[in-house]
Amino acid sequence: MSVRVLIPTPLRAYTEKRDTIEVDGNTAGEVLKNLTGKYSQLQKHLFDDRGNLRSYVNIYINDEDIRYLQNEETGLKETDVVSIVPSIAGGTDAVVEEIEEKVKSRNIRLSNEEILRYSRHLIMPEVGMEGQKKLKAASVLMIGAGGLGSPLGMYLAAAGVGRLGIVDFDVVDETNLHRQLLHGSNDVGRSKLESAKETIRNINPNVLVETYETRLTSENAFEILKDYDLIVDGTDNFPTRYLVNDACVLLGKPYVYGSIFRFEGQVTVFDAKNGPCYRCLYPTPPPPGLVPSCAEGGVLGVLPGIIGSLQALEAIKLIIGNGEPLIGRLILFDALKFKTRELKLHKNPDCPICGDNPSIHELIDYEQFCGISYEDGRDIIVDRISADELKQKLDNNEDIFLLDVREPNEYGINKIYNGYLITLNDLPDRISELDSSREIVAYCKVGGRSARAVDFLRKTGFKKVKNLIGGIDTWATKIDRSLPRY
Amino acid sequence: MILITGEILERIKIHGEKTYNEECCGAIFGTSYNNDRKINDILEFENEKEDSRQNRFLISPAQYNFAEKLAKEKNLELLGFYHSHPNHPAVPSRFDLDHALPWFLYIIVSVNNGKAENVNAWILKEERSGFTQQAIKVRAGARTRIKAGSEVN
Repeated sequence: MSVRVLIPTPLRAYTEKRDTIEVDGNTAGEVLKNLTGKYSQLQKHLFDDRGNLRSYVNIYINDEDIRYLQNEETGLKETDVVSIVPSIAGGTDAVVEEIEEKVKSRNIRLSNEEILRYSRHLIMPEVGMEGQKKLKAASVLMIGAGGLGSPLGMYLAAAGVGRLGIVDFDVVDETNLHRQLLHGSNDVGRSKLESAKETIRNINPNVLVETYETRLTSENAFEILKDYDLIVDGTDNFPTRYLVNDACVLLGKPYVYGSIFRFEGQVTVFDAKNGPCYRCLYPTPPPPGLVPSCAEGGVLGVLPGIIGSLQALEAIKLIIGNGEPLIGRLILFDALKFKTRELKLHKNPDCPICGDNPSIHELIDYEQFCGISYEDGRDIIVDRISADELKQKLDNNEDIFLLDVREPNEYGINKIYNGYLITLNDLPDRISELDSSREIVAYCKVGGRSARAVDFLRKTGFKKVKNLIGGIDTWATKIDRSLPRY
Repeated sequence: MILITGEILERIKIHGEKTYNEECCGAIFGTSYNNDRKINDILEFENEKEDSRQNRFLISPAQYNFAEKLAKEKNLELLGFYHSHPNHPAVPSRFDLDHALPWFLYIIVSVNNGKAENVNAWILKEERSGFTQQAIKVRAGARTRIKAGSEVN
């Protein structure tokens, strides 16, 4: 059986200028096979190297796209007309093209050692020599060398990213070790940057590591970010996230975002040129204190390993310009239930920084924007008591009611004598359990939550209530060294 | 050699400025002789891409069919398509290469900060390895104007 096939203008050069051809076949696939058999030069324009129909080639049977029928298996009748209809697409790819340009202008090549090292990349056509050279030419800036920064730094280095920048100002402590694999037990007390640099050098000495031992601020962000192709975010606080987002939007750089909390993680790519930015998703920060940090809320150690690895994957896809990046798609991962959800994100036309009429044209004060100074507890002015003073009072058998405002899990780890547990959240409902005539000393882990508790109690009418400076952490360091710290 | 009138060239630039900072796109009509193309008219299309219009354009199969039909009616050839590159040079991207068809003429206008600057014309190389840049010659002369903004369903 034969059917008529309509040929679009650009392909007629290969069909002896004919716009209609009679071709044998019982299915759409057979017709295409016989057509390219007859006119072999059509093959490479209709099909890719793996024999799949190119994405912009649409095959219609009469008025129906075969994608909505049975694809190439769709059966044909004698009277059917098969049309090849291109959809015309194009555009620019900022990041990958800039990197391709660097591969050319710097004449990037791989040494024999590198070819061997990256051989499992090189034998996949999706990466290949071209992709590996792009990785070598690429530069990525990591904000933070902690939980997310660990898999990010390790995988990006192992994958052969040429230049890795790391911003961090922290020192490794014991509580980092259950998740921050860039650092080991021997690194406790060392700068995270030094430790990260050493680990990365051991993984792949070809990677140039540049370190910035500073807090990222509105003053230094442009200077640090400007020389990198893309930014990966491993921060755990809102002011830095808004700062990184705004700087990336203003500099036109993509920003691979990840965040973790307890058992849940999120990952997406913010690229304001091609999709939404962080402010499109979260126009305003959450009320301070609502979303606890890892230090306050805890995190399953393996979770940043998963989310940070996904961020590294996205960064690599952007660099090699292959696959479908998570631009405009937010992945939510629940480790306990093992469920993932994908949310479609849209660009907000009213976004103050990447919308149609942006009102933000420069970096602002992000601590203030996030309202950190007050609610964090650092600035709340309340009566305070030092650990030494408290110890003295207790030793003198003064009547002191110790109020512990932490979470029950924390209480299970350590407590000061028999501190009475009422979590900060429960305090308003359980205030009747407190005796306002007694002297109350409130404490938490380091003093932030208890400052808020004291402030609340004062406003409710309690007069004799004080905040323990430095919380149980200071108590455990200075007064009772038998207590475990966390 | 690409022959184009100054007026059509200007219309392509204005279209790119009008849709800035998103990409514009449209069809090119005229006649061909061997490697030469003489452009008689253009037709503006809506960029059908639902997102990422700042760096992507899409002309749907329906729009494509409309362009083919229109060319036939006007006794012209569908020579190819033009599009803009906002804040990007007027050179084909890797994405353009992956999506290019042979024989077609691709005209790209760079629009920097809202101002159309360079216009370049390209044709896909036979082996799909890249594009060959075409010389553009601006000619004087009248042409039949195809009604812009025709409806396409």
